[in-house]
This record gives sequence, C-alpha cells and structure tokens, in this order.
Amino acid sequence: MATLEIKDLHAEVETEEGSKEILTGVNLTVSSGETHAFMGPNGSGKSTLAYAIAGHPKYNVTSGSVLLDGEEVLEMSVDERARAGLFLAMQYPVEVPGVSMSNFLRSAATATRGEAPQIRHWVKEVKQAMGNLEIDESFSERSVNEGFSGGEKKRHEILQLDLLDPKFAILDETDSGLDVDALRVVSDGINRYRESGDKGVLLITHYTRILKHIKPDYVHVFVGGQVVESGGPELADELEESGYVRFANKKEATVQS
Amino acid sequence: MTESTLETSGRDGLDEQAGGQRNSAAPPRSSRGHRFTSYDVEAFEVPGGREEDWRFTPMKRLRGLHDGSASATGSLRVEVDGSSAAKVETVGRDDERLGTGGAPADRVAAQSWNSFTEATVVTIPKETRAADPVTVTVHGPGRDSTAYGHLQVRAEPMSEATVVLDYRGSGVIGDNVEMIAEESARLSVITIHDFEGDATQVSSEHAHLGKDAVFRHFAVTLGGDLVRVNTKVTFADRGGDAEILGVYFTDGGQHQEHRLLMDHAQPNCRSNVTYKGALQGDSARSVWIGDVLIQAAAEGTDTFELNRNLVLTEGARADSVPNLEIETGEIAGAGHASAIGRFDDEQLFYLQARGIPYDQARRLVVRGFFGEILQKITIDEVRERLEAAIDEELAAVGV
Ligand SMILES: Nc1ncnc2c1ncn2[C@@H]1O[C@H](COP(=O)(O)OP(=O)(O)O)[C@@H](O)[C@H]1O
Ligand SMILES: [Mg+2]
Repeated sequence: MATLEIKDLHAEVETEEGSKEILTGVNLTVSSGETHAFMGPNGSGKSTLAYAIAGHPKYNVTSGSVLLDGEEVLEMSVDERARAGLFLAMQYPVEVPGVSMSNFLRSAATATRGEAPQIRHWVKEVKQAMGNLEIDESFSERSVNEGFSGGEKKRHEILQLDLLDPKFAILDETDSGLDVDALRVVSDGINRYRESGDKGVLLITHYTRILKHIKPDYVHVFVGGQVVESGGPELADELEESGYVRFANKKEATVQS
Repeated sequence: MTESTLETSGRDGLDEQAGGQRNSAAPPRSSRGHRFTSYDVEAFEVPGGREEDWRFTPMKRLRGLHDGSASATGSLRVEVDGSSAAKVETVGRDDERLGTGGAPADRVAAQSWNSFTEATVVTIPKETRAADPVTVTVHGPGRDSTAYGHLQVRAEPMSEATVVLDYRGSGVIGDNVEMIAEESARLSVITIHDFEGDATQVSSEHAHLGKDAVFRHFAVTLGGDLVRVNTKVTFADRGGDAEILGVYFTDGGQHQEHRLLMDHAQPNCRSNVTYKGALQGDSARSVWIGDVLIQAAAEGTDTFELNRNLVLTEGARADSVPNLEIETGEIAGAGHASAIGRFDDEQLFYLQARGIPYDQARRLVVRGFFGEILQKITIDEVRERLEAAIDEELAAVGV
C-alpha cells in the first residue's frame, strides 16, 4: 500500500509585491485506494497546494514535508516527482505550441514507464483511451492544448492520467468549466482510473456536483491555506446545503485554540 | 525565471507606429523603404556605425568589408550539383545579365559588386520544371582570407525550380545574390549560412519578381562570427507572390543580422515574411529589421511580417524592428508582429510534470518553437540537417 503524507506544509507564492504566504500548515494523508475530496472557497490555496506538491517553480515551500512512501518529494525535481508516481491534472493546462499531442504523450509515457512503449501496442492504447474520453483522433496531431476549449483541455488531462497511470493523482478543479455531458465523460475517466488498481486520489473542487459522479471516502474543508475540518461524504452534503460560511472563521478559531 | 514577452503588432498601417514603440529602436520617420542604389562604391560614404543601416552592426568585425581595406586575398570555390534541367555557367564581370536583379544599396554590396572576378549564373530555361533541387555550395576562402562573389539564379518564364545555396567554410566574404523569377515562374531558394566560427559574411540578396511570379525564400543562419544578410524583394510587375522565411540560431559571441525590404511598387502583389530565432550564450546577438514599403501604385498589396525570438539564456540579446511605410490607402492588408520571449517556464513545468526530463523538455519546446516554420522546408535532407543542427546547439550548452 502506498501513502502520500503532507505534513505541516507552508508555502509562499512569488508575486510582484514580494512573497506571500498561502499555505499555512497543511496536514493530510492519502493512502492508495482512497479518494479524498478537497474543498475550499476560491483563493483558499487549493491550487497552490497542488503546485507545491508537483514542484512548480513559482511556489516556494518554506517548511514542512511531503512524503511518498516515506521518500521526501520536496527534494525531487519536477520530472522526478512525476516518475515517482505523482500526477497533477491542472486547473489551467498549459499550451505548448509546436509540440504535437502524440509526440508529447509518447515522450511522457516513455519517461514515466522507463522505456518506450512498443509502437503497435501504444497506438492501440492511445486510440482506445481517446475513444473512452470521446476525444476525436485528429487531436493527436494538434499542438499540446493549443486552441483547445476548456473542456477539451480537461479531457486531455484525464487522457494523460489514464496513459501515465500514476500512484497518486491530484485533480485540480477538473470539473470546472465542464458541461453536463463532459462532466460525465471526465468523471467516468477518473472512475476507470480509480478502479484500475490501488490508486490514491486528491480531488480538488470548489463545487459538490462532481461528487455525484465520484464518491469520496473523505472530505476536507480547506480555508486560508489549511485544512479546517475533515469528515466523511456527509461533510460535502453540508457544504452543498450551506456553503463555506460556517468554516470561514474557523481558521482563526483553530489558530487561537 | 519569469516570462517576459515583448510584443508589438499591428494591422492596416494605422498601427504603423507600433514598430517604433519597441524599446530597441525607433526608426527615424524619414523613409527607409526608398533606398539609394548605385554600382559605384564611392557613391556611398564609408559607414561609421551610427547610420541607421549600420547602428546594430559591430563595425570592427566587418573585417574591412565596408571601408575598402579588405582586398581580395583568396577566392570562393563554387560547386553546382543537381538537376540537369538547370543551365550552369561561370561568367566574367562583363556579362550583360548581371545586375538585372537589383543594384547595390549599401557600400559593402557595391564593394562586392566591384570586386568579384567571376560570377555563377544558374538558369532554369523557359517552361522547364527542374524536378530535383539545384545545390550551389559556396566554400569560403579560408581563415583570414577575403573573397568576393556573385551569383545569379534566373528562373525563366513559367519555369519551376528549387535552389539550395549552401555556404560553408571560413574567411571574409562579401557577395551579391540575384534571384530572378520571371513571368509566372516558381522559384524557391533555400540559403544556408553554415560557416565556421571565424567567418564574416555580408551578403546582399536581390529578389526580382516578374508578373505572377511565385518566389519562396528560406534563410537559415547558423554559423559565422558575423553574418549580415540584406534581402530585398522587388516586384517588377503585378501579381507577384513572395514568401520569405528564416530561421537562425545565434550562439555566444555570434552576430547575426537579417535586414529585409519588401518593396511593393506594383499592384496586387503579396509578401509574407516570417523569421524565427533562438539565442543562447554570452553576447549572442541577433538583429532583425523588417521593412515594408507600399508605394502609391501598389494597390491591393497584401503583406505581413513576423519575427519571433526565443532567448534561452542570460546574456543573449535580440533586436527586432518591423517597419511599414504605406503610401496608398487601397491595400488588401498590411501588418506586422514582433516578439522577444524568454524561455517559458510554464511550458517546461508542464512537460516535466509529465515525467519528461528537463533537457528533453527544453528540446521539445525549442523544436516546437521552430516546428511550424521548419515544416515548410520541402527538402527532407535540408530539414533534417537543420533539426540536427538545432539539437546539437542545445546539447552544446550542456542541457
Ligand atoms: N502565481 C501567483 N501569483 C500571485 N498570486 C498568486 C499566484 N498563485 C496564487 N496566488 C494567490 O494565492 C492565493 C491562493 O490561490 P490559489 O492557490 O490559486 O487558490 P484556489 O486554487 O484555492 O482558488 C490567492 O490569493 C491568489 O491570488
Ligand atoms: Mg485553483
């Protein structure tokens, strides 16, 4: 069984006005086989947490630790983290002009698998994965994310999740900007990944609607750069009913207590 | 660490000033398009380096090409291979055909014109289609030797050919290249400046398009200590169509300068200029000047010019100056865009976040930057050679 442990993580972002602390001590453990919904209002630092774990150069971790099966992730380069089994589906996937999707996917699969996939298998595998996500074949020859609609970008993030098959997936607002059909297609993709083995999922979301498709084992409420309450699926129901109001002042309370 | 992209763009001539907002250069409002030309060296003053045409060029590294002190001490070796459909001649200075493609517009071009001893003339006869490319390989005179050259490529009416002009070797070289596409001819010229590190070249290219001629030019600049190329396209009649593409990879210490002038004097002609350059290493320096002149008679002109630079390391510098001069309101379109971007950390992060190691991610991004333009090279060997050269350049700085 694999575990991803986040311990007292503090991180700041570089802004024009200097560094700004965003993560104020995050504690969370995700084990394989578990899906954790991670919910918080806009600006609470959800993406910052995702980026800090993935190693984005704009986010500086000032203290704390992220352990993947006991190994310190924070000491790894971005690509090492990915090869160690971490995957981040980004809220805003990046356009890479001039690099075809097929070249990109094959390079990524070669890197994470440690060897180039056999071409015949690979072509079939990609074709099937694209079919499952209702992505037209013509996308293979297009530049990575360039000119894709929001929904197309999200489908391609899940396509990568499927092909790279990591131990842990952090999905940053994969549901936002999707219409009802696309939400179903993308959720099915995430569920296929969950069912493919002992996978850990950190499902970052602002809304509860994706939780109708993907049943979490745990729900965490994230406010002001830290987890202020954790519970089971019923916590999501409460958020659905009454929003984040009850939690808005909770961070101060935790700090004072 | 952060991306800083400097971009200017405009459309329709109304934004003509956009070219002047760039910090690197505000061209004087006097015309840059109407140029003085002469075959007489003394008609041009010795440039000192402050003149608009020379202010980006490190004059010392011209090795005397500009001031008359570089007398010929060697010669160029020219080999022509390829299609038997082309007629290849070596001719003397007195050959009447020489100079019909265009006259020198600066002192070095005039010096070269007056200093070559023999010229190579490649002719594609009327209504002939040269199936295979014609390759003209020009070897420099050798380290510390100076040579002047002259080449004319002439595609006669309704002919079709691709010519590869491949510069190699060492030395100091001044030359003029005439590229003439007569009525309804289709002429493509791929020029590769792939010198040794010591070489200095100042080359003046004169493209001359007849009625409905289609001209394709692809400039590749890789080597040399200093390479300065002036490319002027003259539309001699209506309906001409010119697409001028360029790729350069400027390394530490190199100066590579491309100066273009699309001179639209005839109605209903089209020009499209796209140059992309990557720079890396200490004092790598590239200069791109894209002038377009749309004269009063040139109604229905459609033109666009684009230059993008990717600065890979600190210490490298790109200058990019587009300039449109429009003397008629009756045009189909005119615009330009120019950008100098740093290596994009977001792109690198995205690729690395999928497990792709840093050096490979960097290669993918740079290849991607050049990709769309490289795809336009129709000769596989040339494209592969260029791709390999780019990979080699990237490997050279130990990434
Ligand atoms: N790259 C950045 N530059 C400046 N501020 C940032 C950057 N990234 C995040 N922030 C700031 O950090 C805070 C948390 O942002 P983010 O992690 O994106 O929140 P969430 O994903 O929960 O909406 C916000 O106040 C946001 O403005
Ligand atoms: Mg976010």
